[in-house]
Formats: sequence, structure tokens, C-alpha cells
Amino acid sequence: MLTRYFHDPITLAAVQALIAGSLAFFVVFLSYKLQLRMERDISIALVRGLIQVVIVGMVLLLIFQEPVAIGFVILAAMMIAAAQTSAKRARGLPDAFRVSLYSIVIGSGSVLLVAVAIGVIELKLSALIPVGSMLLANGMNTASLAFNRFRGEVLAHVGHIDAALSLGASPRAAVMPYIRAAILASLIPRVDSLRSLGIVWIPGVMTGMLLGGSHPVRAALYQFVIMSMILTVSALTSILAVLLMSRRIFTPAEQLILRGGQE
Amino acid sequence: MSEEPLLYTERLSRRVKERFLVEDVNLSLYAQEVLAVVGPSGAGKSSLLRLINRLDEPTHGTVYFHGRDYREIPPRELRRRVGMVMQFPYLFPGTVAENIRFGPRQRGVELSDADVEALLERVGLPGYGDRDVSQLSGGEAQRVSLARTLANEPEVLLLDEPTSALDEAAKAGIEALLREILATGEFAAILVTHDLAQAGRLATRMALMEEGRITRTGRTEEVLHAYQILS
Repeated sequence: MLTRYFHDPITLAAVQALIAGSLAFFVVFLSYKLQLRMERDISIALVRGLIQVVIVGMVLLLIFQEPVAIGFVILAAMMIAAAQTSAKRARGLPDAFRVSLYSIVIGSGSVLLVAVAIGVIELKLSALIPVGSMLLANGMNTASLAFNRFRGEVLAHVGHIDAALSLGASPRAAVMPYIRAAILASLIPRVDSLRSLGIVWIPGVMTGMLLGGSHPVRAALYQFVIMSMILTVSALTSILAVLLMSRRIFTPAEQLILRGGQE
Repeated sequence: MSEEPLLYTERLSRRVKERFLVEDVNLSLYAQEVLAVVGPSGAGKSSLLRLINRLDEPTHGTVYFHGRDYREIPPRELRRRVGMVMQFPYLFPGTVAENIRFGPRQRGVELSDADVEALLERVGLPGYGDRDVSQLSGGEAQRVSLARTLANEPEVLLLDEPTSALDEAAKAGIEALLREILATGEFAAILVTHDLAQAGRLATRMALMEEGRITRTGRTEEVLHAYQILS
């Protein structure tokens, strides 16, 4: 019956899922009426099941459809590996893997999407993987630097942070100087390399393009695009990593946890 | 002292890795009084003050402030009303005035130049507002630290060894200043010190702390006497 109205197989399946789901929600309603107290569990299970199975479908779609999609899967795996690497630099900081993962995925992922959308990175494996990995590797390095500096700053200023808290400061306000120091320090290499671009060094992408016979100005502009994307990825990743971490080094009662083993 | 205490602790304890830093402490602090907590170093005196300021979390027991369990009071409000002066001043980089303005600014209050100057006069540093904190002596820095806490208009002052990091001359100056400020009766205070003579000069009541526990409380002379017999 439905096939008369919906010709696109995906839309048809979605409508079918919707109807089947509504039937299941009738069970939720029954449970509520009969006071079975299973509404919450069933609702959560339904929504979760739907989300999980659709995600699996989308991943399979990517893999089956075209090789470019595999590129995104590979990049996702690389992001996880990158997060693990930079979390190792965050020894002693709580929840480091998750914080690195969030900041690397959001930091490099967003720039990667923009780059693909404006055509800076071509949608083919040979472009996506190398340029994408370059971006996320830079995000990873910056996150590592930022974690390392942030931990050092906090441990060196435990007394000042306690003093600020005891004066009624929020955790954020108490560690703000060290958030700033960590972000700035982690970005120094990126800013310096952008500043000295072309004067001190001619970086890899441009060199490769020149050797490959590209127009020098085009090669130069492309290199600038890459460098500014690297700066953006680094800044986003660093800011996210430090801000997310700065919340986790305090208890809900706004007490500093990260104290270097002293009591 | 029949009235309700301003603040009291109830079986206040903090245990870290099987060791009690503070164990089952029951202490009361009444309005306007100065309670000295004395005892050997490592007895848990500073840990006790940190618990009362809720810079650390009790593993057992709690503190009541104005009859209310302090875990129900937002930490920032509690810490403003129960101010703490630490052993080291821990001034923030910048000018003296910026340090004084720090606390009120956290709740959106901006002190005027006249407010800042009044606080500086109170701690014996008139005209110091524009000085950079890196230029201050140890005693001056501790005075700024005290003014910074007073800027929050606390009801209780927690004084954690406020003179022990200072040389003799500065120590006498800070002690005289504390005596003057405490004599106004604006604050109730808990003074942690290992200097018994200082505790005797500043406090009205005394508690002896040993190995995390309060072993004796009473009038200053009584506790001093007992402590001297013990040690």
C-alpha cells in the first residue's frame, strides 16, 4: 500500500520504520496505563536501537558505495589513534583520551569538511588521506603540547588556584591564566611557521607542486591555504582540549583535583 | 557563649589512602571569637581549615554555617563568606589594586579606587594600589593578601599560619595588624598556628590538635598549660 505513495526505497523504509516504531510506542503507552514502569527502558531501547542500526547502515553504505567513503573511515581511525597518542602526553590528567578525541575530531573534522566543501581537498582517496592526515596530525601535536603545558602550569600554581577559589572564583576563572598560557604556547610553532613562510622555508606541499611543474603562484597560494588550515585546526583543537580539560580537573564542589600527589 | 555557634563542624573527617588527615573533629566557632588551633606540624591543622573552606571535600562529617549544612551552600558563596588567608600570600601577577579587586569582581562587583584605598589603609599600606606585586616584601605581600580577603566582606576569617613564612620583624607587624582587625569584633576567626605564644596573644579560645584529632579545647591558658605538660 505504501509503495503507491513512496517510490524512493530509502524514504519508504524510513516511513515503515516510523510506523513500526509508533506501534512499539503503543507498548510504552500500555506500560504507562498499566503502571508496568517499563516506559523509560523501552523508550531508551527503541531510540538507541534505531540510532545504532542506522549508523551501521551508513558506515556500510560508505564502504560499499565508493572508495572515497573509505577515506573518511580511515581518517576516523586515524583520529582515534591520534587521540590515543596525545592522551599519552596528558599523563595524570583525567579523562585524557576522551578529551583528545573530542578536540581532534571537532578541530580537524570541521576544517576537513570545509576544505572538501570548497574544493581545496579533492574528493578522492589520494587527496583526502594525505591532506586529511596532515591536518589531524597537526591537531594531535598541538593538543599534546597544550596538555603538557596546561598540566605544568596548573601544578606550578596550585597555591594560586586555591587562593582564587577561596576568594570565590569559579574554577574557570581560577585557571584562566593557565588556560591562556597553554593555548598560546601550543600555537607558537604554528604561528612561527606561518610567519616565516617563504622566507625561512618553502614547505613540502609547494615544493612537491613546483617539482611537479605547477604554476609557482598557484603552488604558493595552495601552500598558504594548507598552512592557514593547519593553523585553524591547531587553534581549534588546542582551545577545545584545554577548555574541556580545565573542567575535568575540578570536582563538582569546585575543588582542584590535579595537585601532583601532594595533600 | 550560650548562643548558637556561627559555624560548627560535626565529626568532620578527611581520609586519604587509609590515613586520616582530619578525624572526627567537632568544633564550634561563635560570633566575634578567635579560636586558635594549635599543635605540632603534621597534626592536620591546615587540612582542617581547608575542609572548613571546602577547598577539600570531607570524606565523613560536615560543617554547619549559620545552622545550614555547608554542602547546601554554593561553594563560591561559602568561600566568600568564610574567607581564608593562607600561609603564603599567592598574589596574582599585576598590581596590588587588581589583587584587591579580584574577589568582588568574581560576583560582578567592581571596587572603586576609594574602596581599594580604604582596604589598603586598613592593612597599613596606604597608596600601594598601583604597585606591582613583584615589588613587595614578604610582610607587605601578606598584608595585601589579608586586604584581598577582607575585600570580600567575609563573616569568618580562616587564618592558616599567617605569619610563619615571615621574618621576625614582619611577623610582629602582621600579628599587630591581625590583633587590631580581630579586636573590631567584625569577624569570628579560626587561627591555625604552631606558635603557642602568638595563639595566646590573639585567641580567646584554643583547641589542641594531634594526629588529626582535637584532643582538648578550652580557655587559652588551660589548653596552653595542658599542652606544655604534654610536651
